[in-house]
Amino acid sequence: MKPAAFDYIRADSAEETVSLLARHGEEAKILAGGQSLLAMLNIRLAQPAMLVDISRCKDLDYIRIEKNNLVIGAAATQASVENRATLAAEVPLLDMVFPWISHLQIRNRGTVCGSIAHADPSAELPLCLTALQGEVVLRSKAGRRVLKADQFFQGMLMTAVKPGEIVEEVRFPLRREKARYAFEEMSMRHGDFAIAALAVVVTDAAIELTVGGVADRPQRKCWPRLAGADLEGAINDFAWELEAQGDAHASAEYRRHLVRQLGRQLIAKASA
Amino acid sequence: MKLYEKHTTYPITLTLNGVQRSAPAEARMLLSDFLRHELGATGTHVGCEHGICGACTVRVDGVAQRSCMQLAVQADGRRVDTVEGLAVSTGGGADSELGDLQQAFKRHHALQCGFCTAGILMSSSHFLEQVPAPTEQQVRDMLSGHLCRCTGYTNIVNAVLEVAAQRGLVNKGRIEHA
Repeated sequence: MKPAAFDYIRADSAEETVSLLARHGEEAKILAGGQSLLAMLNIRLAQPAMLVDISRCKDLDYIRIEKNNLVIGAAATQASVENRATLAAEVPLLDMVFPWISHLQIRNRGTVCGSIAHADPSAELPLCLTALQGEVVLRSKAGRRVLKADQFFQGMLMTAVKPGEIVEEVRFPLRREKARYAFEEMSMRHGDFAIAALAVVVTDAAIELTVGGVADRPQRKCWPRLAGADLEGAINDFAWELEAQGDAHASAEYRRHLVRQLGRQLIAKASA
Repeated sequence: MKLYEKHTTYPITLTLNGVQRSAPAEARMLLSDFLRHELGATGTHVGCEHGICGACTVRVDGVAQRSCMQLAVQADGRRVDTVEGLAVSTGGGADSELGDLQQAFKRHHALQCGFCTAGILMSSSHFLEQVPAPTEQQVRDMLSGHLCRCTGYTNIVNAVLEVAAQRGLVNKGRIEHA
């Protein structure tokens, strides 16, 4: 199918974008890389009256290190972050996750902030931002507010973005000293949506496990350095807390199984 | 800032395979449809229209991406390369000579029905510029963004790897011409 008709505005700057949103409110939808939005327009799941295209806003196309964060602007593509030579040293988890995100040809155009704003519960970037307790900067005509990942994601495709706001940038905390990271995902085929995706951060004091693709948003759990039956029990409790749902791809039971098995394997890998 | 109102056509100008082309389009027109219906460049095929199948992959400013997942208006002023541009022109039309990727696909039987081929060729052409000496696994990862229901991929992988090897040899000056 083809998109329903809309007005299209090519914005040249972030300031112009928030002014347009202030004027047009909920009628307007932001278009950046479009790798989720265009699919929704094509099947008419979304029929916005207006699109504001920010993909040519030069002041939103940046990747920089700032106050212990890797900061990524709204127009920066996933490929531009993935191809950053220093990424593995800066944010190791992000470096591990990119190959799992859809396909090369989609990452070439899709943006990091777009995936965060879309908030698909099985998407890897929201999982990564939650696991690292990153931040999202929302900007409107009135100013900016900064939310932690767990405040930003509110449910399936639901976020704290209010009418008039754009996701201006996201901030991924840099590698913590002595922390070890691991990531694993199960999907039907490479590049498909995750049936379950898990990220683990292990430090001297704690084990952090974040799960995507099971609940309606990524869920993070933090434990002291448990081991043996205590750890197994804690992962099992977490698997049940996620309230997994069965669908065409996998049963709820299988999803809990993946959380337990992959969780245990990843924690062992990151603890070794 | 530029506004394109709904139900109104605007001239879109882009450089298609090195030639400047212009045609009218509504804001909602996909780049894939613009190439095929307005510019007559039907080498780019349209499969799923939601980014999964990869048939419509073209290069925009050199970068492989889906033409069904962007609007024609977004490509205004850009350089767009499609499968039609892969052949080396020796006077145009039927006289054109297939490019090295196309020759390798033919040699290895890397296509049967050919529906997915244009997209795979465009992804491969960008990929080999980025990764001139790929491993088989890297080629397979790149191809994971393309659905082919005929070949089982093996012959496509072989063709891409052979071109990489040939170009490597050519670049090192060990053979005269690939």
